[in-house]
Amino acid sequence: MSTQESKARIAAYLARFFPGHDLLEDEDIFSLGFVTSMFAMQLVTFVEHEFGVTIENEDLELDNFRSINAITGLVGQKLAR
Amino acid sequence: MKHDLSPDQADARAEFRATVDREIAPVADEHHRQERTPPELIRRLAERGYLGLPLPKDLGGGGRDMVTFGLLAGEVGRGCSSLRSLLTVHTMVAQAILRWGTRAQKEKWIPRLADGSAIGALALSEPSVGSDAKSVKTQATPAGGDVVLNGHKKWITYGQIADVFLVFAQGEGGPSAFLVERDRPGVHTEPILGLLGLRASMTASLHLEGCRIPGDNLVGRKGLGISHVAAVALDSGRYSVAWGCVGILEACLEACVAYTSEREQFGVLLKEHQLVRRMVTDMVTNLSAARLLCLEAGRLRDAKDPGALEASSIAKYFASTAAVRAADDAVQLHGANGCGSDYPVQRYLGDAKIMEIIEGSSQIQQLTIAEYGYQEYGSSRGRA
Repeated sequence: MSTQESKARIAAYLARFFPGHDLLEDEDIFSLGFVTSMFAMQLVTFVEHEFGVTIENEDLELDNFRSINAITGLVGQKLAR
Repeated sequence: MKHDLSPDQADARAEFRATVDREIAPVADEHHRQERTPPELIRRLAERGYLGLPLPKDLGGGGRDMVTFGLLAGEVGRGCSSLRSLLTVHTMVAQAILRWGTRAQKEKWIPRLADGSAIGALALSEPSVGSDAKSVKTQATPAGGDVVLNGHKKWITYGQIADVFLVFAQGEGGPSAFLVERDRPGVHTEPILGLLGLRASMTASLHLEGCRIPGDNLVGRKGLGISHVAAVALDSGRYSVAWGCVGILEACLEACVAYTSEREQFGVLLKEHQLVRRMVTDMVTNLSAARLLCLEAGRLRDAKDPGALEASSIAKYFASTAAVRAADDAVQLHGANGCGSDYPVQRYLGDAKIMEIIEGSSQIQQLTIAEYGYQEYGSSRGRA
């Protein structure tokens, strides 16, 4: 899967959390104030299910999930292993 | 109504049902009155593999799927909600460790949780903190490589006997999760008695006074205790509570069918009165619906489908609110007998009401499920 395809899937998924807001690729999603209590779990579960990877303890840095680009980067690293 | 269980799942359910009918249901009222669960009953559950049923085989668990675990929670919940709550909290701790624990934590704790040689309990709520979990006031202060905990946790199910607590405390970066063994200096529990329901669940307050634990007892990452560790635990809890409510619904229906088939008023059996039949209809319908929602949640969990989170919330919300209505009707149908201790329905009502409060109250579920609805229906995509 190409980086562009991963990015597109991630962007499409995140759009549901920010209706009416055109989320930029490098925009900090945690600063937008829209995040709900289940968001973290939903995001982890989505990444694992969509890309067939496992998010480990060491991956749990907020910077890895801070933006579309950050999540794309994390997925790329996991797929490369 | 037949449900689409595999042969293994159907066999497991039959075994769970027989065990509950033989060993759990007949003594549930007595344990409710005594406000305790005898240790020998817990040991028997452990010997049957029930405490470790869904945990990985390579760590000593039964390796069973989540639908089967749900069936267990449902059958045990039909017999005794207090005992089902042991399965719930014990599994919540195990699932949190499995998901975000270190390899060392998994290897140390999962085999012991699986065989019941250690009982786990969740220490999240406090006297002034319930739904607003991220605002826990218990403090985690760094001390060299260790952490010192100070605070007061309340409403800890099976806290009177738990060997290890998963404690949520404010530390560097926000709330974090820690494993705290009962025998650590600075750990003290006291029973909470006289509950509305789950009276045999040996609920306790947990006091942490200068309790020093190794830094390695941190589960997950600093500051992510609520967003990630508690989220996993509560999601697991929600699922088994939903199934437990299916058990309460079925228990209410069984009790009402039996009672209304024996008692007469105005010269006929109660079951011949149409208003009685209306209440039974509601129980039958809601039981079927709750069971289907729980089966769906279980299948999605086994498929590791992201939709499992929402499905578990929906199942818990529906089943718990339906269980309260069913238990309320069950007491009503039993009349004065429903208010006394000779019949189990008053226990069902108290237990059901607790289900609407724990593991995310009905109001929290209403907020959460509405959010899922806006996510799913607010975008241009149709429902899958």
